[in-house]
Amino acid sequence: MQLLTEIPGLNLAAPEVFIAVAAMVLLMIGVFVGEGSSRIMHGLSVALLVIAGGLLVFSPENGAAFHGAFLMDPFARLMKVLVIIGSGVAIALSVGYARLEDYGRFEYPILVMLATLGMMLMVSANDLIALYLGLELQALALYVCAAINRESLRATEAGLKYFVLGALSSGMLLYGCSLVYGFTGHTGFEGIAAAMAAERSLGLIFGIVFILVGIAFKISAVPFHMWTPDVYEGAPTPVTAFFAAAPKVAAMAMLIRVVHGAFEPAAADWRQIITFISIASMGLGAFAAIGQTNIKRLMAYSSIGHMGFALVGLAAGTEEGVSGVILYMIIYMAMTLGTFACILSMRREDGMVEEITDLAGLSRTKPMMALVLTALMFSLAGIPPLAGFWAKYFVFLAAIQAELYVLSVIGVLASVVGAFYYLRIVKLIWFDEPEQDFVPMASELRLVLGVSGIFTIFYVIVAGPLSAIATTAARTFF
Amino acid sequence: MGVTSLFFYLFASITVASAFMVIASRNPVHSVLFLILAFFNAAGLFMLTGAEFLALILIVVYVGAVAVLFLFVVMMLDVDFSELREGFLQYLPIGGIIGLILAVELILVLGSSFVDGKAALVAVQPIPDLGEVSNIKAIGDLLYTRYIFFFQLAGLILLVAMIGAIVLTLSHRPNVKRQNITDQVMRDPEDVELHSVKPGEGI
Repeated sequence: MQLLTEIPGLNLAAPEVFIAVAAMVLLMIGVFVGEGSSRIMHGLSVALLVIAGGLLVFSPENGAAFHGAFLMDPFARLMKVLVIIGSGVAIALSVGYARLEDYGRFEYPILVMLATLGMMLMVSANDLIALYLGLELQALALYVCAAINRESLRATEAGLKYFVLGALSSGMLLYGCSLVYGFTGHTGFEGIAAAMAAERSLGLIFGIVFILVGIAFKISAVPFHMWTPDVYEGAPTPVTAFFAAAPKVAAMAMLIRVVHGAFEPAAADWRQIITFISIASMGLGAFAAIGQTNIKRLMAYSSIGHMGFALVGLAAGTEEGVSGVILYMIIYMAMTLGTFACILSMRREDGMVEEITDLAGLSRTKPMMALVLTALMFSLAGIPPLAGFWAKYFVFLAAIQAELYVLSVIGVLASVVGAFYYLRIVKLIWFDEPEQDFVPMASELRLVLGVSGIFTIFYVIVAGPLSAIATTAARTFF
Repeated sequence: MGVTSLFFYLFASITVASAFMVIASRNPVHSVLFLILAFFNAAGLFMLTGAEFLALILIVVYVGAVAVLFLFVVMMLDVDFSELREGFLQYLPIGGIIGLILAVELILVLGSSFVDGKAALVAVQPIPDLGEVSNIKAIGDLLYTRYIFFFQLAGLILLVAMIGAIVLTLSHRPNVKRQNITDQVMRDPEDVELHSVKPGEGI
């Protein structure tokens, strides 16, 4: 007990400590019980993540811990809850897949938990060292997850590709960190912001650029998106579902904290960079997805596009903008997890299928799934009154208030182009002839799809409270 | 010229000489052994400057782990090093240029920090004066109190790396033959057939 009092603010990191200890306990159970424990581990890890989420929600204390390296505020709390939901759902989605594809490994939920820990630390990081260590903890676990089905050549390729490009991006991030440290003499974000307000040199701008490049890799924003389609396609589908949700939320949260916490005095500089990668991501996401035939690749381009839309809010550099980004990430995660629950239930008697054309005539074979998937596609395209429309509405509103008219016009145009490929899927579902029926959906997939569908369709009902929460979280920085 | 200077020149000259022998000796095992000698003398140099922690870490980590690993690799890999070494001298010009550039950079950095004095201003000095506490205590004080968070995080990253290596490479093959001592002991001597095998010929 003496130790607890000697480390200032350890209670603020209670959820993180809990997850770290829980992951190690699960590892021990797994090692002693062996491969047969895969199913129990999936259940246990989801339960433990729920407990960690509870700890997070019911600990109202805010403040800094570990000499300012770890920050707990309303923003961090909201983003961490999102990350935990994303990871928990991703583990739940993988239960049936692991059983049917026969690669049940008990390490997978443990790695997801450790990645979640890394993501939570990224969200809370208020120091360049903490930022890098959290990022690396998350990334290392993700590389292994991508290649976890080592019998599959494509999964191994995806893991290797992800690892090499991820290592490259880490290198760039570290180079940026070293430049920023060299020119400001601080690793803590407050110190950097203070030094930056006093004096801004060219070297510092270089540092900011490199750090933003490193983070852009993690949220797969153009021009650092190259790994995304290959990794999404190659990795096992539940792992892809995990990649598409929680890590994106965590990296976006980290980006928000870095630009608003540390680089606030250089807002004019980083807003240009964010505007550029936002336009590039929206454009590429809209046009490159048109030619795709594999639904996982399509979702990869879709996620690139959505990251571009979310960055529109960040480019505004205002409180409304940040709150728009937060709302966008909440809605994006809900839609993505629902869509991946659909993709995971594209299973025939002879195995999984991944082609878009396999969805043909879904309305006749699986009417409920077809209905929800249609709603999700309309929502991803941004058609009112579904959730996806409101996500885009708030970020564009913030951009227009910040007088970023060109960015907003390009964004709306990209959104119209992007609607084409979502509507193509809807057309396949409702107007084409079915070839062969899918096997019945597993219960956990039904649950995820149902919750995601209800959230997307009836978003207007929860819109008020959610906006209030996002605004509270965004006010942390202003 | 005290004892310290004497030891400095002793350690420094042996370090340089053994570093040269690392690349000059024909036998790769000798190269690694010279590398170990260079590490030991570098540790001696650290000790002279009062950095006893670094000196001991150098011996424990580099000699104890890294150099021994090198030794294993050199002995186990079937690489003909004398063949690799042919035409060694043709790289001398480019190696010389790289060495020259490095030397110039070092001089520039050192020169600017001495002349300018600005680097000393930017650097934050979180540790107390080395005259007051030993540097093991100073590092320990920082690492396990102020930087405990980073220290633990680094530990978790290593844990993930270990899990990853095991997940991706360990395979339980069904037909691996393992030693079963009970079976060996319970064996009936009547069934054992003895062959006299000549060395190098096999059965």
